[in-house]
Amino acid sequence: MSAPALVVAAWLLLIGLYGVVTSRHLVHLIVCLSVAQASTYVLLLAVGFREGAKAPIFGDIPASSPVVDPVVQALTLTDIVVQASVSALLLALAIQARKRFGTVDPNRIGELRG
Amino acid sequence: MSPAARSGLFLVSAAGLAVLLGLALGGLPGFDGPLGDTAKLIATHAVAQRKASNVVIDVAFDYRALDTLGEEFMVFVAAVGAVVLLRTTRDERDEAGSAELEARRPPETSDLLRLLGTVLAPLTVVLGVYVVSHGQLSPGGGFQGGVVVAAAVVVVYVAGQHVAVPRGGPIELTEVVESAGAAGFAIVGVGGLIFAAAFFENFIDPGSQGSLLSGGTIPLANVAVGLEVAGALVLVLVELLDQVIFRRGGGK
Repeated sequence: MSAPALVVAAWLLLIGLYGVVTSRHLVHLIVCLSVAQASTYVLLLAVGFREGAKAPIFGDIPASSPVVDPVVQALTLTDIVVQASVSALLLALAIQARKRFGTVDPNRIGELRG
Repeated sequence: MSPAARSGLFLVSAAGLAVLLGLALGGLPGFDGPLGDTAKLIATHAVAQRKASNVVIDVAFDYRALDTLGEEFMVFVAAVGAVVLLRTTRDERDEAGSAELEARRPPETSDLLRLLGTVLAPLTVVLGVYVVSHGQLSPGGGFQGGVVVAAAVVVVYVAGQHVAVPRGGPIELTEVVESAGAAGFAIVGVGGLIFAAAFFENFIDPGSQGSLLSGGTIPLANVAVGLEVAGALVLVLVELLDQVIFRRGGGK
């Protein structure tokens, strides 16, 4: 049954977006974005998973054994790397925002600029 | 927009998104269905063609190497961007006076923690190098191993050693390592253009399955990516930790 994994993926996306929308702190906002992005890992791995299949590493298993989808696993690897880089860049931006506006509350940053 | 209005708008649109997600995810094949055609082909032929046991690495560093090149340069650009932003902040601080240089020193830590850090840091680097070099045989590869190598910096920081390196010191070397790794992966791709027919074509003899150098260009690409990721992460971590130490010092 793939339903639980897909429900978790959808839930992570929605709860992450909820956190981004209602966030009062830039670092909290970045963490919420990471939560929303974690849904894509769950979704990709759920798309590739098969009952009884093994990890796609033919070190100790016979060449004919059924394995899970290696393509989506490689895509998940890309996804995780992208998320880590984006978080680093956003955290650096948060530090700059604190320097420039004297606050890390996204609502108040907008007020000060106007 | 007031917070209440924003939450209301979000709830309405999230409900719509939830319905669409339910429709889209409901149409996906279950865990008992057949694999996609690409997955079937790759799972059947990758090891026979490339001799690297780890099919995920076969996909990431051979069949899909062009995508991974883009991904690698994304890491590069994000690291450069983060470092540029953080250094702008530091220049302002340096003007604020040299008293802060003293405050940048991390607080004293216990001898036990220092000893643990001293023992763990080199072990972490060895583990990282192992993960990078065995990516074609077992779970791992350049990205994962590079992160483990960079984690040694965090171990050193936790142990309370001096991470706030002065300009012109060995920290400049990580920029060279990062750039060399990024360029190295692109050069592996150009090698395919020179010695074979196409960009990123595997132009080295793949060897025999299970040996350390199996996979042709895959181990080379993994080392290049490992250098790039380790360099980028060390650079960003040192710059971020520098900020932490500065913030703490500024509070006194």
